[in-house]
Amino acid sequence: MDLGPYLLFASLEGLVHAAVLSLIALGLSLVFGVMRIVNVAHGEFFMLGAILTWWVSNFVMGNPALGFLIALLIVPLVVGIIAMFSDLLILRHLKYDPEVTIIATIGILYIIQQFALMTFGPDARPVEQPFNIRLDLYWFGFSAYKFFVIFSAIILLFCVWLVMAKTKFGLILRATQLDSEIAQAFGIPISTVYSLVFGVGAAIAAVGAVLIVPIQQAHYLMGGEPLLLAFIVVIIGGLGSLKGTVVAAMLIGISDGIISVFFSPNLAKILATLLVVVVLLIRPNGLFRTIRI
Amino acid sequence: MKKIIKANISRRKLMKGIASVGSIVAMPGFVSYSQAASSSPIKIGFQVHRTGIGAAYGRWYDRTTQAAVKIINDSGGINGRPLEIIAEDDGTDPKRGAEALEKFANQHDCDVAFGTLFSHVVIGSAPRAGELKLPYFVVSEGHHVASGMLNRYTLQPGITDVKSQVQAMAPFVKDNLGKKVTMVYPDFAFGHDHRDYFSAAFESQGGQIIAKVPIPPTESSFSKYFPKIPRDTEVLYHVMVGPAVLTFVKELGEFYGSKGPKLFGFIDSVEAVDLSTPGLEFLDGSYFWEGNPRYAQANQTDHDKFYRNAVGVDSNGASVSDPKDVSTYAHMFGCWETLHIIKKGMEESGYSGIKDRAKLIEAVESMTSMPLSKAHPQGAKIFNGKTHQTFGHQYITKMTNGKLVLAHTTSIEDTFYPDEVDYTKQSF
Repeated sequence: MDLGPYLLFASLEGLVHAAVLSLIALGLSLVFGVMRIVNVAHGEFFMLGAILTWWVSNFVMGNPALGFLIALLIVPLVVGIIAMFSDLLILRHLKYDPEVTIIATIGILYIIQQFALMTFGPDARPVEQPFNIRLDLYWFGFSAYKFFVIFSAIILLFCVWLVMAKTKFGLILRATQLDSEIAQAFGIPISTVYSLVFGVGAAIAAVGAVLIVPIQQAHYLMGGEPLLLAFIVVIIGGLGSLKGTVVAAMLIGISDGIISVFFSPNLAKILATLLVVVVLLIRPNGLFRTIRI
Repeated sequence: MKKIIKANISRRKLMKGIASVGSIVAMPGFVSYSQAASSSPIKIGFQVHRTGIGAAYGRWYDRTTQAAVKIINDSGGINGRPLEIIAEDDGTDPKRGAEALEKFANQHDCDVAFGTLFSHVVIGSAPRAGELKLPYFVVSEGHHVASGMLNRYTLQPGITDVKSQVQAMAPFVKDNLGKKVTMVYPDFAFGHDHRDYFSAAFESQGGQIIAKVPIPPTESSFSKYFPKIPRDTEVLYHVMVGPAVLTFVKELGEFYGSKGPKLFGFIDSVEAVDLSTPGLEFLDGSYFWEGNPRYAQANQTDHDKFYRNAVGVDSNGASVSDPKDVSTYAHMFGCWETLHIIKKGMEESGYSGIKDRAKLIEAVESMTSMPLSKAHPQGAKIFNGKTHQTFGHQYITKMTNGKLVLAHTTSIEDTFYPDEVDYTKQSF
């Protein structure tokens, strides 16, 4: 393949990757920013989203687009509620102690993963694409659905920004993020906010899963790699920074696409991890983080 | 748990316990194990990929094994003793594979171990089988048995190996599809067998391998590898394994549409995949190697009919209870045939218990011709006792209107290559 189309293909692949990654990382970053806890189970909420999408799409007969739309509405809600329950039942009782919550979320990770193995089984299961259109770009073909994934992620990111910047709920979140004690003194119900944020964080990852599963299949072990990449993105972008997360996701996603295509996927992972080390050394708070923890 | 129990039992209590067990054994009417041994079951330790990247194969290897055991037990078992399967999940992981063998030998007193498919698990487990002196019948296709890498306790009598398969494919690819081939294969032992032995066989035929594209078997998206396939590729030789094979072929179709090179694939790339899945239409007209044709063919034998029916597979290669649950038909016959070979070996050696394990191996080593029969529904085979490897017919099918139709059957002789080892010279 010639260099031009080669680069175009690599960038498109990278964009799809970046779109989904930015959603997953955004959820992780939101939870850390507001609650100051590291959610190791985040990847499993993503996996849960994919598996529930498979259930829904199997349950809804007829046009795959219908099943997909219903999944897009229901699945993030269900995953969000499950996450809220795990906050209410477990994390709240640990008083959000940073070290203890890491251990607790590792526990949640295994519970969700094994539950998925016991119910969903060990196989990868496909979900039909809502529309099956192949765009012929002369040098290579590209699925129209992948463009839809990129487009949907952009819209969703814009919505999150809108909520954070322009609504009262966003104001409450930002206040809690800046100083939870002062926020509480102003009458903000911190524990409710925490539960909601934990739910919303998981739900955003679940949206990413609904979008990706028609491309990648649902599998009970699929939560591992996105978690690792989301951590990389969040560390590079700065924990709790929306802008940083999106920029870092683009950087990691697109460079992963290009390096994978031109060289090898392993090299892409190596370089991403190296970038984390460099960022931690030079800008320990991330590229975009201005608020001190 | 163990620690707590240990701590609570004093030595005196333990002695009392042992004494009471002794007295029960001495009581009249208590039938000890040794007296009942003649009718006690023969235990087959079944190393099964229930989880991990081999799960789809594991599910069907299990069903085939259960079906074969039922057939054997219904017809009187082995030397009058029934077969009992002790299944252990190895997670398609070499380390857990070795642990499973340990359990078979030391906890369950299994007579033999059997059933492993994935080559890295076989390579990780076989040395332990040798140490445990546990006959280990693998159903893996890897060339590692016949290459001499393993040991006298490891045998592969029920399924042919990659080296013989690809060697028999090379002339067909060159004569019917093209001379410039790019290979896409999984980046571990099994894939390396394809890389090494197909390229050698193809180049000796006058063909040319213009690029080799290895892909990690745990990969979940594949598009990024496809630009590495040179544009002047005439034939794309693909073989992929793992849970994401459907994604692999779908993305291949997205990338090339109908404009790509000709395709020659090992069925592994679509094993357990429903070929009517949207997005796979581009495969029409492409060729596949199959160990055993998934779709019942026009010349279907009575033996295949019998076997298909016993395992519960319909004429499209899917489960009779769920047409979407597609079998790993090209591979799983190996479990059926291997169990029948174990039966024959035990009967011929007069196997009576663990002490006769060496006799069993010698009996299997002395086997040669295995004619097409209910015990060998895939086809006739010739077993090489020196290399512990069986040789048999290979099938090439062409995807025609969504079904795989037989296009060519190789002879057994097409798959022969010179011996690389003589395991019979190794001591037990």
